[in-house]
Amino acid sequence: MSAHILAIDDSRTIRALLTATLEKAGFAVTTAVDGVDGVEKFQQAQADLVITDVNMPNKDGFGVIDDIRQGSVNRAVPVLVLTTESGAALKERARKAGATGWIVKPFDDDALVSVIRRLTGT
Amino acid sequence: MTDSAILDAFFEECEDLLVALSDGLEDMREGRADSETVNAVFRAVHSIKGAAGAFSLEDLVGFAHTFETVLDEVRSDKLTADDDLLRVLQRAGDILANLVDAARDDIPADRDQVDPVIEELQSFLGTEAAAEEEFVFEALSLSFDGAASAARYVVRFKPGQEFYATGNDPVLFIAALQDLGPCEITVEKTELPEDFDSFVWNEGYLTWQIIVGDQQNDLAIREVFQFAEDLCELQIAEEDLDEDAPAGDADLADVVAPDVDTPVDVAPVDLPPVDTPPAAPAPEADAPSTAAAKTEKPVKRAASTLRVDPERVDRLINAVGELIINQSVISQRIDEAELPNSAELYGDLDDYKLLAREIQEGVMAIRAQPVKPLFQRMLRIGREAADATGKDVNLITEGEGTEVDKIVVERLADPLTHMIRNAIDHGIESPEDRAATDKPKTGTLRLTASQRSGSIVIEIIDDGAGLNRKRIKQIAVEKGLVSADATLSEQEIDHLLFAPGFSTASVVTNLSGRGVGMDVVKTAITALGGRIAISSVAGQGTTFSITLPLTLAVMDGMIIHIGGQTMVVPIASILETIRPSPADLAEIGLSNHLLRIRGEYVPIIDLASRLGIAPRATALTDRVLLLLQTESVSQCALAVDDILDQRQVVVKSMKGSYGEISGISGATILGDGKIALIIDPEAIAAVQANELNAQVTAQREVSHAAT
Repeated sequence: MSAHILAIDDSRTIRALLTATLEKAGFAVTTAVDGVDGVEKFQQAQADLVITDVNMPNKDGFGVIDDIRQGSVNRAVPVLVLTTESGAALKERARKAGATGWIVKPFDDDALVSVIRRLTGT
Repeated sequence: MTDSAILDAFFEECEDLLVALSDGLEDMREGRADSETVNAVFRAVHSIKGAAGAFSLEDLVGFAHTFETVLDEVRSDKLTADDDLLRVLQRAGDILANLVDAARDDIPADRDQVDPVIEELQSFLGTEAAAEEEFVFEALSLSFDGAASAARYVVRFKPGQEFYATGNDPVLFIAALQDLGPCEITVEKTELPEDFDSFVWNEGYLTWQIIVGDQQNDLAIREVFQFAEDLCELQIAEEDLDEDAPAGDADLADVVAPDVDTPVDVAPVDLPPVDTPPAAPAPEADAPSTAAAKTEKPVKRAASTLRVDPERVDRLINAVGELIINQSVISQRIDEAELPNSAELYGDLDDYKLLAREIQEGVMAIRAQPVKPLFQRMLRIGREAADATGKDVNLITEGEGTEVDKIVVERLADPLTHMIRNAIDHGIESPEDRAATDKPKTGTLRLTASQRSGSIVIEIIDDGAGLNRKRIKQIAVEKGLVSADATLSEQEIDHLLFAPGFSTASVVTNLSGRGVGMDVVKTAITALGGRIAISSVAGQGTTFSITLPLTLAVMDGMIIHIGGQTMVVPIASILETIRPSPADLAEIGLSNHLLRIRGEYVPIIDLASRLGIAPRATALTDRVLLLLQTESVSQCALAVDDILDQRQVVVKSMKGSYGEISGISGATILGDGKIALIIDPEAIAAVQANELNAQVTAQREVSHAAT
């Protein structure tokens, strides 16, 4: 069974890239355009893993993770943070928010897919 | 989606982000900014950087990074956005847009332009911040160097609460290790509470020891724990074969997979049931309180948009065109049928027409785009031009929300660029010259868009010196475009600018005069079915007005009869229709007629003879004159046999089948199914103007010869 990924990013380029990469690897992909949309989609869709951008309008990526972890649905889902920064401070914040891991943009397709496979057990 | 399609989407997105950026910066300049404005500006740059990285657009990424760093400081109140900084941010926004353009055109960045701005940006960052900002992409993929001999690694792994709280599942980690090589897995359960009531679901009671065989080094194992290293107790060490205590020794209570050669599939069912669901759902009663109680302040939802293949829209537009033709066919049929009691039917028909027009407008609206991104680009070009020429120019845009067909927006970019550069280079005077003539030192260039009765009007208005008509005429004479003693009205002189071959070569600067003359501008505008007009007052400035049809596919036409043929004249160029009385008419020479209207004389063009067909009536008083507004001869009157109707027609190009036909801009299908040609008034008038000039010149030569 292919895993279902929810990808949240306000950049449609990144969304397109993620969708292309993940669908090619056989995942089912749902996209959301900002944090609010992301949390909404998360509650509707049975996501096996969430990838979220950090800097987004309306609700940032940490807010998304917070909502997921405090929510009632599927709260232990793995969440990957997609970020351009690779600093320790950011990782610290991501971790505090409850992120499972982080991917630094620009992401390497194969590495991304292998991380997701590992985190979803597919 | 193919890679190139994603790249296209990226550049489209950049356009939107650049608009957001420039809007935000403007709000900051105007003092209207709140923290969300600064955030939005930051995000725009950040998004460009993030996506550009995916395409290895390094110039863009590098610049965006420095830019973003400064914005981040502003965002976190470490930097104050004073005039100085805002000026640099503005400049940086321009450079970013240039870099996007360069990336799109796949040309290298202009380092001479980019680097100084990077330096300026950096000057706002403290040395500390600059040093901290060592910008490295963290590579995710790991490479293995050399072929060291395979070894076994012992992994001791004790996940804790934090591990479970961040969406991790130990089973998956073990499964990932098993993918690396043969594993011996043992689990230590000594910490499990005896008393079930004191059991906490996400407490880390279990410790796993996994011996992973066949490893060159510990990199692959560490990669598995990439995100979890600090969330669990973790030791990874090469197996020490000298050690007495081998793996799975006495203190490990339970050997799960003792067989080295046949690794056991660690499925959840094999594991103690307590740790299987790290995702223990919250009690039902809890659900509404967390979800529903979170009624935060209403958030602005991202505008939901639909991205559609333009071809589909084109097909729809075509179909709507056919619908409009169909509607006129039905009208005609009803007329011909001469039905009794047709009043109701006509009422229904009117509804149908109304609906068809509504559908047409709706479909056109899909293609419509605000001119804003185009105008923003023009502002940038204007600022650069002002910088390059050392002129102080205040650039203002108005009516950015005006919507124009997508194709029009795209095709206006080049003509507008040229005109903006011209206006700054040739129109607006240097600060010194302006001061000398009591003008404010800073010139003003306004770019406006508005919708006026079925047309879009775009104006470029400068408060410069105005056109130097003497010089223009002189150049035109030198180029052989007009004779030296020709008497030309101001308007006629102004229009010489658009004449092919009128190049401003003698005043070439590195800015304008790049081989694109105003004739190219005019050609581009005409190709869009538009017109361009100039008005200029010496010492006060010049205004270029571009009038464009709202739609390219459908236009309002006057259906006329001429020599037994039915044709269409665009209503946009008709000022009025006149049935002349003999007193209104005058003659010059043998064949030239003039119409006197409100004290002015305008030439009459006989459309039939111009097109080589015989008019039904020969006397002008039996015919109808259409007073036209054109550029080349300002006003002229087109003589036709009769006016039949006024209606929307669908414009079909004939270029594919017949090539360019002078005087004819296309064809349409009428209600009776017949094809009618659409007249191009501009081209007809231009021929007339040339002939008049030739005749005047010839007459002069005759009179010269006679003396």
